[in-house]
This record gives sequence, C-alpha cells and structure tokens, in this order.
Amino acid sequence: MSAIITHDLVKRYEEVTAVDGVSLEIKEGEVFGLLGPNGAGKTTTISMLSTLVRPTSGTALVAGHDINREPLEVRRSIGIVFQEPSVDDLLTARENLYLHSMLYGMPRREIPGKIDRMLALVNLSDRGDSLVKTYSGGMRRRLEIARGLIHSPKILFLDEPTLGLDPASRKAVWEHIRALKEAHNTTIILTTHYMEEADSLADRIGIINRGKIIELDTPDALKKKVGQDLVFLRGSIDEAAVRALPFVKAVERANAHYEISIIDSGANLQALLNAAGRIEEVEVRRVTLDDVFLKFAGREISDDAEEHAEGIFQRIATQKAVRK
Amino acid sequence: MSNFNAAYALLLREAKIFFRERERIAAILVSPLLFLFVMGKGLGGGHSPVPGYSYQQFIFPGIIAMVLLFTSITYGLYIIWDKRLDFLKEVLAAPIPRSTLFIGKTLGGMLGALVETALLLLIGAFFILPTGPLQALLALAAAVPVSFMITGVGLTIGAKMKSMEGFGLVMSFLTWPMFFFSGALFDLGTAAPYIRTVSLFDPVTYAVDLMRIIMLGQGHFPAWVDLGAIALFCLAAAALGVAAFGRLQQEK
Repeated sequence: MSAIITHDLVKRYEEVTAVDGVSLEIKEGEVFGLLGPNGAGKTTTISMLSTLVRPTSGTALVAGHDINREPLEVRRSIGIVFQEPSVDDLLTARENLYLHSMLYGMPRREIPGKIDRMLALVNLSDRGDSLVKTYSGGMRRRLEIARGLIHSPKILFLDEPTLGLDPASRKAVWEHIRALKEAHNTTIILTTHYMEEADSLADRIGIINRGKIIELDTPDALKKKVGQDLVFLRGSIDEAAVRALPFVKAVERANAHYEISIIDSGANLQALLNAAGRIEEVEVRRVTLDDVFLKFAGREISDDAEEHAEGIFQRIATQKAVRK
Repeated sequence: MSNFNAAYALLLREAKIFFRERERIAAILVSPLLFLFVMGKGLGGGHSPVPGYSYQQFIFPGIIAMVLLFTSITYGLYIIWDKRLDFLKEVLAAPIPRSTLFIGKTLGGMLGALVETALLLLIGAFFILPTGPLQALLALAAAVPVSFMITGVGLTIGAKMKSMEGFGLVMSFLTWPMFFFSGALFDLGTAAPYIRTVSLFDPVTYAVDLMRIIMLGQGHFPAWVDLGAIALFCLAAAALGVAAFGRLQQEK
C-alpha cells in the first residue's frame, strides 16, 4: 500500500508558483528524499501534505486520507519536524512532549512511560527536566524528532532535519533516522539540500526544482544515469589499450596521471586495471549525488541562482519590487 | 474527550509559563497601582459620584476592569510571539479543531487575568476598600466572562496581525480608548454626550459598571444590562476568534 499519493499538487503565492504540479507515490516504510535548492518547493510540498497549507489545486492521499477533506485524520497519522526550531523554549523537554501527546489525543496513562522511552531514544533522559532554552541546537533537534515520533505516526516528515547543525550532531540525527527506519516501519519523507544526506538515508530521491519533480529514482540509479565514475591512475599506462575498453568514456592526461571516466567502477575497475599496464597509484571517485544534481538541475539553478538563494518569500518580494 | 484533554494541555502550558515569570505578574500591576495610589489619591479632593465613598474607592472597580483589560488583551496579542517563535506551528499542525485551540488559548489568558484580579482585590481590601469575601468572590466571578471576552478580542487581533510592530498601534488605538471611554475614572451619568455614546459600544463599560454594582452597590446600568451586554460581546469575540484561528495558516 502507498503511504502517500499526490495528484498534480499546485501551490501559487500571488505571482510565484511554489509547487507546480507534483505527482508522486511513496511506498509504506520507504525513506523518501526530496532534494532541491532553496526555494525549490520542498517545504511548501511538505506543508501541503501535512495540511498546514491548502493547495491551490490538486490533492493528495496521506495514510489513506484526503488532505483537503480529512485534514484532522491526516494530522493524526503523521509526525512533523519543521525546518525552523519549534519546541517551546519556556517549557522543559518533558513538558513539551506532554503537551504534544495530549494534543495528539494519546491516553493519559500511557504518556509518562512513552515520554521516558522517547527521551532515552534520543539520549536526552538526563536533561528531560531542563528548560529547552538551555539546550544546544543539536539537542533541540533531537527533542523535536522525539516529539514528532511520540504519538507513533505512520508517516514522519522531516524538513531539513540537520540544517544548521554541526557535523557531529548531524551524524547523530542520521543515526536516529536510520534506527527508526529499521526498528519501526515508519515511512519517512525527508527534505534536504545536502546531497550526502539524501544519499546515505533515502531509498528513493526526488529532485525538485522550481516546483517540479525533475528526476525520481534510487540514489544508485540516479548516479547511473549520470553514469561516470572517475579513476585516477599513475604509472606507465597503456593509453591505447585503455581507450579500447568499451566502458571507458574519456581519457585525459593531466601532468603525471591519467583521469579516466568509466561507467560503473564497481563492475569494471578490475578490467580497467588489468588493461592499463604498470600502475603505481589508483584513486577512484565514484559519481556523487552532487554530480547528479548538477546534471539535472544545474543549468536552471545557475541561471537564477540569485533568485533561488533566499527562498520563496524572497522571490515574491523580489518580484513585487520589480513590478513597482 | 480528546478535545478536552487538548484544551487542558494548552491551558497547562500557559499556566506553567505564567507562574514561571513572577516578575511579569508584578509588572502588570504597576500601572493600575499608579492609577489607584497616585491618581486616586492625588485627586483625593476630587468628588466621588457615589456618596459615602472617596474618589480612590470610586475608581477601584474601574481599575479592576483595567487590569482585566490590559492583562487579557496583551496576552491575546502575544500570540504573535508564538507565531514568530514557530511554537504555534506545532499547535497548528496538531489534530485538533481550531475552536479547541482558541478555547485553550483563551482559558490560558483568563487564568492570568483572574490571578491578577485576585491580587488587586487583595491589595484593595487592605488599603482601599474593605471588601467582604462574598463581594470578592462575586467580583472574581464577574471577571470570568469579562476576561473571556477581552482575551477573545486580543487573540482575534493577534491572529490577524503580521508583526509585533502592530502591538503599539493596538494599544494606542484600541486598549487605551477602551479604558478611557469605559467610565473607569469618572461617572458616565454626568459625562459629555459623545463620551456616553461611544461608551455604549465599549465592552469595558459594562465590565466597569458590573464591578461597581458589586463593590459599591451602585452602577450606571442595571446589572442585567451589563450581564447581557457582556454575554453578547463574549459570543461575538468567540465567533470572530474561532473564524480568525480557522484562517491561521503556516506562514512560511
């Protein structure tokens, strides 16, 4: 069964179309990455799916409920971690979780035990009774993830879950997300503009740009579409033999080494090395999602990088200013 | 049942925050106390429209209404902070009807207003107007619908306002006029006709009058007019507030 099906979702803000006809299907238990630059429509898409923003047109089924007609049912089935911190600074972590549990209609008897388990899951047990304003950015994020999960949602939305975190906190959040995926069958929809984040967490990735999904596949398949891994070789290389190999796309000589573009280094590296001659040094750079992203969204992004840099609201402001 | 729990949880949140910021509880009482002890005493020679009471004692019920007005409306406007700090987003995303959110928030504001009223009644009982326990209880009971009505107005405006900059405007153009036209500091019976006309549309007028009936035994309107007007304003504030909350969307 599908966790989410969207039909031609559109959201227009005055003159800017933030989301322009998104049709998606996300499977149950899947980690789905929505990848795109700022202002591409990631947050607006998530806001519509979580019924916080009404679509201009189109609709979606989330956990089997229509976002336009059954918003409360949709809300009961989902958890959200917003892009901006939204825990209540003036309350303790435990109070934040208690308020959330009550708002989501959990039975009161079950709440204290559940809070203990969630605090333990995100390693905040010893700070549960401190006011959130004493928390670091990483701790807040972990608390928000705990809050998004405490009512056992079938679907969890994570909007830029690691934005603004230091590398150690980011790794910790990734660990939590992976643990979740393994322990429960939670469907996770994750937006990010970090390629490595999407690569390491997502089962499938949708690349979104200017409100449209321009590419959708598994990370590996997307990389295969771009196709080329780079192999750096040093030594006395038989250039002609290398060129003759069917999977070799390009060979370039740079100073003392060769840069060889090949398809699927996983399968073909051994054959390349066998043919290349006497090798002193080998380095392989696998194609990354950055390459994928640049290939599919690159030109359009650099065309109006300025416009995209500040996000959708800046775009509206810019357009208004131009109009005047 | 789940709506009841949700409203209770929202109230609990407001209560925790309110009682954690004790300085604010005291700060809110500063200007009413200035009115009572500086203006009330300073105009000590001024006449009291109600025989047998000093001017300070005459304005005391009006100052109680003032505390209700300022506490409730400020609280209502503070929802803009919630919007700014993104805490509201969490509540807007919760599976509760917006009417429940409005009720929970309103109960939170009422709690604050009632605590401040009780404190002022206590101060007044010692220094200004000897108040019996029954009178104090009646005054608190009257403060319940009054705080509901004014918190509702504050929340409605707060839900519509885009930024905290509007806060000063609302205070200048709404809160202070509501206070001055209510007759909290003078007798409406002898006031200029334009003041009396405007005061009819001011919900605080009826709050002041009801408090005066309870504490001084004499008011401008009969008690049933005050109660009826307050009930109507309560209904209007609730209807407008629920509608405004219904339109609250996530802003980014």
